[in-house]
Amino acid sequence: MTTSTAPYGNLTGPTALRRLVTAPTAGPLAALVLACAFFSLTTDQFLSGGNFSLIIQQVMVVGALAVGQTLIILTAGIDLSCGAVMAFGSIVIARTAAQGTVPPLVAIVLGLAVCSGFGLLNGLLVKLIPLPPFIVTLGMLNVAFALTHIYSNEQTVTDLPGALTFLGTTFPLGGTDVTYGSLVALALFGVFAYLLSSTSWGRHVYALGNSPEAARLNGIRTGRLTIGLYALAGLVYGLAALLLISRTGVGDPQAGQTDNLDSITAVVLGGTSLFGGRGSVLGSLVGALIVGVFRNGLQLMGVASIYQTLITGVLVILAVTVDQISRKRTR
Amino acid sequence: MSLVTRTTLIRSAAALLAGGMALTLTACGSGSKGSTDAGSAGGSIKVGLITKTDTNPFFVKMKEGAQKAAQESGATLSTAAGKFDGDNAGQIAAIENMVAAGVKGILITPSDSKAILPAIKKARDKGVLVIALDSPTDPEDGTDALFATDNKKAGVLIGQYAKTAMAGKTAKIATLDLAPGVAVGQLRHDGFLQGFGIAEGDPSVVCSQDTGGDQAKGQTAMENCLQKSPDINVVYTINEPAALGAYTALKAKGREKDVLIVSVDGGCTGTQAVKDGKIAATSQQYPLVMASQGLNAIVSYAKSGTKASGYTDTGVNLITDKPQAGINAHDTTYGLANCWG
Repeated sequence: MTTSTAPYGNLTGPTALRRLVTAPTAGPLAALVLACAFFSLTTDQFLSGGNFSLIIQQVMVVGALAVGQTLIILTAGIDLSCGAVMAFGSIVIARTAAQGTVPPLVAIVLGLAVCSGFGLLNGLLVKLIPLPPFIVTLGMLNVAFALTHIYSNEQTVTDLPGALTFLGTTFPLGGTDVTYGSLVALALFGVFAYLLSSTSWGRHVYALGNSPEAARLNGIRTGRLTIGLYALAGLVYGLAALLLISRTGVGDPQAGQTDNLDSITAVVLGGTSLFGGRGSVLGSLVGALIVGVFRNGLQLMGVASIYQTLITGVLVILAVTVDQISRKRTR
Repeated sequence: MSLVTRTTLIRSAAALLAGGMALTLTACGSGSKGSTDAGSAGGSIKVGLITKTDTNPFFVKMKEGAQKAAQESGATLSTAAGKFDGDNAGQIAAIENMVAAGVKGILITPSDSKAILPAIKKARDKGVLVIALDSPTDPEDGTDALFATDNKKAGVLIGQYAKTAMAGKTAKIATLDLAPGVAVGQLRHDGFLQGFGIAEGDPSVVCSQDTGGDQAKGQTAMENCLQKSPDINVVYTINEPAALGAYTALKAKGREKDVLIVSVDGGCTGTQAVKDGKIAATSQQYPLVMASQGLNAIVSYAKSGTKASGYTDTGVNLITDKPQAGINAHDTTYGLANCWG
């Protein structure tokens, strides 16, 4: 047996598309389609290119966070710090560019580096000490939150240079206006869907999530892989920070306070298992869109926002229930 | 109206969940029914109300005021809110969705007075009349008009009251504030200091803590302040929940009789607390008036094209049963008749 040619070829390697329609994501996708159909019937304004473009703009920040969150949850971890890390990154970018003498591009690189640093630190604490991800990222949530407020001086940073808000600007596409940021977010999903489904690195991530011990015995350097995943997630949060700034046009120290839970909601709704090893970033995109479609559609119907929270809660419980039942079946 | 919407919603939620279980027919049947319900409201003037949160009684009351005014004028009100005080992104999404729904005007209590401006500008560029309620944007002309209480004045009133009540005694003041960087809290705090005749950083202010306007946090803050300075004898609070928290903390130390608590808001629970002697005085505001006047302004814009502009003061009154000479005030009978929440 020649291990050098396609060492993982014998393992079942579903492509992104196939994974999307297999059990974990089929349910969420059906729910999304049904929700869209429902709101198309109940409101006149839902079914339009402009409205879909709007929904994507509204979910792209949480969606980007959900990409990083998916990486962590695939290893059976959880990241409570993502929203706070993003907020700190956004303030770093906004302040250094708007109030410092740093060119926008350098400010962006600085923000990405800071967020990656937080991720790396999370990873090191999780793997080297080791500490439970829940506790590490809970602590880091408070650290990043506090640093955001200290560094921003509690002030919203306005008058950002155009280069920082460029991703929030629109261009016409098929009769509607689309933001560049939406495309970046969608590309982010595409890249990670490919990396996870079609590279050996992706297989390692799933193997690690399924059984860290088995992964280690198979020669996967689990420590390095885990730390790398957390750092990579941090980098993605930095990108989310840039998307956030471009969308709101300001650096806002209050931003992202519930985005950690919203990203977990998107991941869970998308069919990724909180117990690791199962799921996909495309599922998380579907999950984020479900929340966005409900928020938008119910608003178009004139339903008060508290019902969005109610429905989201029910859907999350339903999604985890489906995950649990399907797990029992596969065993 | 709201009953119809709720029934539709529950039906739709049930249908959707059932639909997820592959009972597609049920969803279709219910969906077309919902379409009929929405269609019947299609012809009236649509107005949106965006509050800071869904749960604060002040905003709940504001919604009621807007709902009542909407019914009277035949307008359709849709409401939205941020998830927490300061949720700018949530308010932006709400504005976008309401503009997509075709509202004629939006009433908004901005969570972040600056960060919300670009989203408001986009809505106004599309011909939507945007009116700020309760607190202004920064700059104030970011919206077409402002219907609000003068929060600075509300603070000044209780500051003057406390100054007069403490005449001849050395004041040791604790301020139980809202949260950093939130305009309402800052204005009330500054107003109190101005009314008391002292500047920020004055040594008579011995303790300042943030409470988020929350009763439990107000209690903790007061406990800590008393630990730091047991001789506190004046407590300024951002709102009455914080004041009641402070009262609980003071009572635990047996200090509730000799410490003067002043507050702002004029909610019914708070006004009752003034009547019960727990709070010495409060500055009462009128969210129902803000909401109904704002809604009527949008209806008249829809009918005649006339845009409301500038600042409309919806009033503030000092409520106390222990009046001080030279300070204008109403008693709690008036306060309870006009309270909210």
